[in-house]
Amino acid sequence: MDEHDPNTEPGTTPNAFEVTRRTVIETGATALLLTTLPHAVLADDPIDGNAPPLSPVQVELQINGRLHSLTLDPRTTLLDALREHLALTGSKKGCDHGQCGACTVLIEGRRINSCLTLAVMHDGQSITTIEGLAMGEHLHPLQAAFVEHDGFQCGYCTSGQICSAVGMLAETRNGMPSYVTEDLADPIAKLTDAEIRERMSGNICRCAAYPNIVVAIKQAAGMPT
Amino acid sequence: MKAFTYQRADSTAHAAAAALKPGARIIAGGTNLLDLMKLQVETPLSLVDINRLPLDKIEETPDGGLRIGALVRNSDLAADQRVRQRYGVLSRALLAGASAQLRNKATTSGNLLQRTRCYYFYDITKPCNKRNPGSGCAALAGFNRIHAILGTSDHCIATHPSDMAVAMRVLDAKVETINREGETAIIPIAEFHLLPGTTPEIETSLKSGEIITAVSLPPPPPGVQVYRKVRDRASYAFALVSIAAIVDTAQGRIRSARLAFGGLAHKPWRVARAEQGLTNTPANTATFSAAANAVLEGARGYGGNDFKIPLTRRTLHSVLAENTRT
Repeated sequence: MDEHDPNTEPGTTPNAFEVTRRTVIETGATALLLTTLPHAVLADDPIDGNAPPLSPVQVELQINGRLHSLTLDPRTTLLDALREHLALTGSKKGCDHGQCGACTVLIEGRRINSCLTLAVMHDGQSITTIEGLAMGEHLHPLQAAFVEHDGFQCGYCTSGQICSAVGMLAETRNGMPSYVTEDLADPIAKLTDAEIRERMSGNICRCAAYPNIVVAIKQAAGMPT
Repeated sequence: MKAFTYQRADSTAHAAAAALKPGARIIAGGTNLLDLMKLQVETPLSLVDINRLPLDKIEETPDGGLRIGALVRNSDLAADQRVRQRYGVLSRALLAGASAQLRNKATTSGNLLQRTRCYYFYDITKPCNKRNPGSGCAALAGFNRIHAILGTSDHCIATHPSDMAVAMRVLDAKVETINREGETAIIPIAEFHLLPGTTPEIETSLKSGEIITAVSLPPPPPGVQVYRKVRDRASYAFALVSIAAIVDTAQGRIRSARLAFGGLAHKPWRVARAEQGLTNTPANTATFSAAANAVLEGARGYGGNDFKIPLTRRTLHSVLAENTRT
């Protein structure tokens, strides 16, 4: 705020405007939606001589229970469709190469790296992001456990960690073995600290909150912490 | 990422025909292809999406083996009860590779076709005969800690990065294919991946427009199945050396042994002479050493990867000692 701004009334402070970070993000996201759909992303790469003509694709995605129809450049990754076209910025772009796990979402209940798949490949499919886990104000048990046990420091990897843990617990309930499972023939998968660490190794935390992440997951899984 | 056109294949014949067009690439899981496209190592003009083709089943074969559809996801293959009980080495190798998120996406056929993780192949500002034939190999005198020690050439010292393929090799899997005319072919896994020679850009014996439909496994051979992977961190890293082994032992003697190695060459490495040398021999250090000598015959380090020679020897000793105790 410029103190010489003629519109600034004497005695007001910036706080009086009640501009929260969330308002800024929401306003920004709306502006983005209005300006980018459907063509802005098409200009993301200069067109070279032998490149094929750009033909946008129609994509329908069921995201967190809501149907979204999008017109996209076929290059659009699922992560970019979520973040840049639908303003679902909970899924994070870390490495953008499937190495860090910050972009983890669930497709038909299975965890994947949304940066390493194209949105158009998932036409008609059902996607759950971090925004779809809570029931209103009631946090998902994993979200609550991460808060309770400080399963993060900076928080950038957290939405990926939580979505990954949701998928991981489902895999475990279905009897999926892991690299550290001793008896492959056992149809029941038993979680231990070592199992949780191995099964979550696709999610990197640069703050190294791993001990607390393991405890949070154990709590959500109903294990003694 | 360079622009491309996208189409979804509605049949294997359609996919094979579309794949014949110049600049076309088949996409299945996409976990390696999209990674490479973002770096412009791969710049396809068109993508043919085969994910909706009905190639995602695992079936029993009449001879007592399994036939794995090309689109069976790595996680589903690893978790299949028949694979876990009869082909433990395959399940273990799959679970040793990548992360759970990637395994949920990556497919059986795509895993076989994944590209090397050579740093210079991935860096489009550097010479690489595989990416840009004739430009040279920056790895020969560069950082080559992860590179091959067997079957190399002056043109390329890249390794094949797959764990799954190493298990497929020890199990004598067969790759089933189809082309646009609907003609099918069966390629033994031993002949599927090629050594670099003077044409490192040609990595498999697949012909243009030939599509993988399945990988079949013969009935499992007798013996204990193990997959040992040595890597820089305990999880989610490529192998420096890996061994897929099937060892049948009785009363301190090895009846038969099969050994396939990952991280050492442009293809999963297997040496018949090493396996024959172990047949009907006592399980002791002398026979393990002889096997290691046979495996490493012709091995050559390039500076950064010299350590792989003794590491392979020690890993083989460990695998054989642990799995021949009676």
